[in-house]
Amino acid sequence: MKELYPAKQVGGFVFSLFLTVIALLVYFMDMSFTLAMTILVVTAFVQATLQLVVFMHAGETKDGGAIYLNVLYGIIIALVTIIGSLLILIWDM
Amino acid sequence: MEFFERFAVPHPSPAIYASMVAIVLVSIAIVVGITYFKKWGYLWREWLTTVDHKKIGIMYLISALLMLFRGGADAIMMRAQLAKPENTLLDAQHYNEIFTTHGVVMIIFMAMPFIFAFMNIVVPLQIGARDVAFPRLNAISFWLFFAGAMLFNISFVVGGSPDAGWTSYFPLAGTDFSQSVGTNYYMIAIQISGIGSLMTGINMITTILNMRAPGMTLMKMPMFTCSSFISCIIILFAFPVLTIALIMCTTDRLFATNFFTSTDGGMDMLWANLFWIWGHPEVYILILPAFGIYSEVISTFSQRNLYGYKSMVGSMVIISLLSFFVWTHHFFTMGQGALTNSIFSITTMAIAVPTGVKIFNWLLTMYKGKIRFTVPMLYAVGFIPLFTVGGVTGVMLAMSAADYQYHNTMFLVAHFHNTIIPGVVFAMLAGLTYYWPKMFGFMLNERIGKWGFWFLTIGFCLAFFPMYITGLDGQARRMYTYSESTGFGPLNMLSFIGAGLMAIAFIIIVYNVLYSIKNSPRNVGDEPWNARSLEWATHNPVPEYNFARTPHVASSEAFWDAKKKGHELFKGEIEKIHMPNNSGVPFIMGIIFFICGFSFVFALWIPVVVSLIGIFACMTLRSFEKDDGRYISADEVKATEAKFGGAKS
Repeated sequence: MKELYPAKQVGGFVFSLFLTVIALLVYFMDMSFTLAMTILVVTAFVQATLQLVVFMHAGETKDGGAIYLNVLYGIIIALVTIIGSLLILIWDM
Repeated sequence: MEFFERFAVPHPSPAIYASMVAIVLVSIAIVVGITYFKKWGYLWREWLTTVDHKKIGIMYLISALLMLFRGGADAIMMRAQLAKPENTLLDAQHYNEIFTTHGVVMIIFMAMPFIFAFMNIVVPLQIGARDVAFPRLNAISFWLFFAGAMLFNISFVVGGSPDAGWTSYFPLAGTDFSQSVGTNYYMIAIQISGIGSLMTGINMITTILNMRAPGMTLMKMPMFTCSSFISCIIILFAFPVLTIALIMCTTDRLFATNFFTSTDGGMDMLWANLFWIWGHPEVYILILPAFGIYSEVISTFSQRNLYGYKSMVGSMVIISLLSFFVWTHHFFTMGQGALTNSIFSITTMAIAVPTGVKIFNWLLTMYKGKIRFTVPMLYAVGFIPLFTVGGVTGVMLAMSAADYQYHNTMFLVAHFHNTIIPGVVFAMLAGLTYYWPKMFGFMLNERIGKWGFWFLTIGFCLAFFPMYITGLDGQARRMYTYSESTGFGPLNMLSFIGAGLMAIAFIIIVYNVLYSIKNSPRNVGDEPWNARSLEWATHNPVPEYNFARTPHVASSEAFWDAKKKGHELFKGEIEKIHMPNNSGVPFIMGIIFFICGFSFVFALWIPVVVSLIGIFACMTLRSFEKDDGRYISADEVKATEAKFGGAKS
């Protein structure tokens, strides 16, 4: 019976709803800009990871390592691009 | 009449009117010629609808050569204008348009398709595949590139050329300072061909990951395939930035948004930032496959295996990562603080290290090798010292404090031509000569080819080395004239002579092609160069199915192993071969994209909407189309193999 019931997916679905609710709180509750943005960024990243792993099945095939390496490479380049741009145009201008 | 006034060139000259007449006459001549020789059917069946990676590669090659001559004509005009002080050959506006189109044409429409030509022709052969992973997507990539290139090239006769430099910096490129449609052409033509480049990148990555011959692990790929793979990964990460930046810029110009304006919350410097986030990886997209070609050529003509395969791969991976970490060095003088400049100085200098590793690997490959100085090898040997000079001046420019002296001078112009010409153009000419028998089944004449090489190399040195000196003396780039008292005159005249020699070299290369078509013997056999990697294990020219039987590979030099070590490359019987069907949709989509882009440039919204619907209709059609490909029967394959003198063992 265990393999017939997709516990991981159902759990993931509930968890993703939970994350959405937390993100929605930013709209409904009165909080500082910094706190709101922190909550949004954190829930967004957790949500994206959840979707990738649970629903897009990353890591379930034999090229899982390559997929994670790719994602990591993408994240590094995205972070360097964004932090670099902020450094150039705002923090150090 | 008022409607048509927008298509007029805002700053005409007799030369532009002459070009208009020439373009019309040549177009009529081509149409009449094709009709007269009844070649429309042949053209449609064999070329316009083809999904064969070799034919698409050849079309890329022809387009790249055409664009080389267009960009070369721009270059000659610039050098002629600067040859003497206070010259009046061109006025400031024309000079602006010419240096802008020279840069865009050479990078986007010459170097990129040249690289894609070799990726298309060579990569599937080197990994023992029948075609690329998505043959029809490959055709769409080509036709999008072609639509973009044609759109960009009509700009100077319809509506005016872009004139804000190939970097198109804001606020100059904004509607306040660039009122003609020229910069719209820049945005939209590059956008269309950029989409094509992105799709080629995806296509090649998929091909290389999924379609390698049995036994070919990732570390046993021939070096050109490996370099193309890494280059395509850079494409995948860099081009989306350009796409977005161009969209933002297009909306700024056409819909009055404020991303890059100086007022209303826009930030003009953001364009320079985004442009170079794409632009710096772009130069590595160009140079890595060029390095791959040099690796193939040097190991073949030294008759030695490539020295340090693993360090070659490792250094390319490091280059691919570092290429995203250095973009600020293009605008050290923009006003950011010393901290930022120091960080990017260090990353820029760091990138010289893996490049140096590669140079030493090539030298050590040649060391104690039996070197044959064929034309491709001459280009490779010429590349090493010249590129090193370019690299060393690059390290000079990388020092941000010193860059305040070099920035936007001819020193910089000399530096990047010194890397791109020996780095990319020499590699492309080496590859052209090296793979010519693979593509067409006969050789280019060696003697004439060597003349071409010497003219090009000497012309190159004469044209660009004086610029280092005038640049250090303070000659700014993109200035259309200078006074006699600056003393730049004689050295610029020398540059002009060098440019003339380079023009002669390219004429010699074209003459060589024509001469060889007429005079070269057609029975070169399958192995004209005594080469090493898998692409030479099939016939010349390559039959449409590439390999009659799938090769089994045990090293990066499978063909050499088969020749010298008795490795059995092809096993089993010849079986029927599955091939993709031709399709006219990519070509039609190219035309629709051209119409869409043209209407976009002139803000004609009705044709834009209609052609966008057409594009989506083509895509929808494809989604519902059932296309299982076709089979070439075993008998047919055997017959073709027999015609080539028997199947390969």
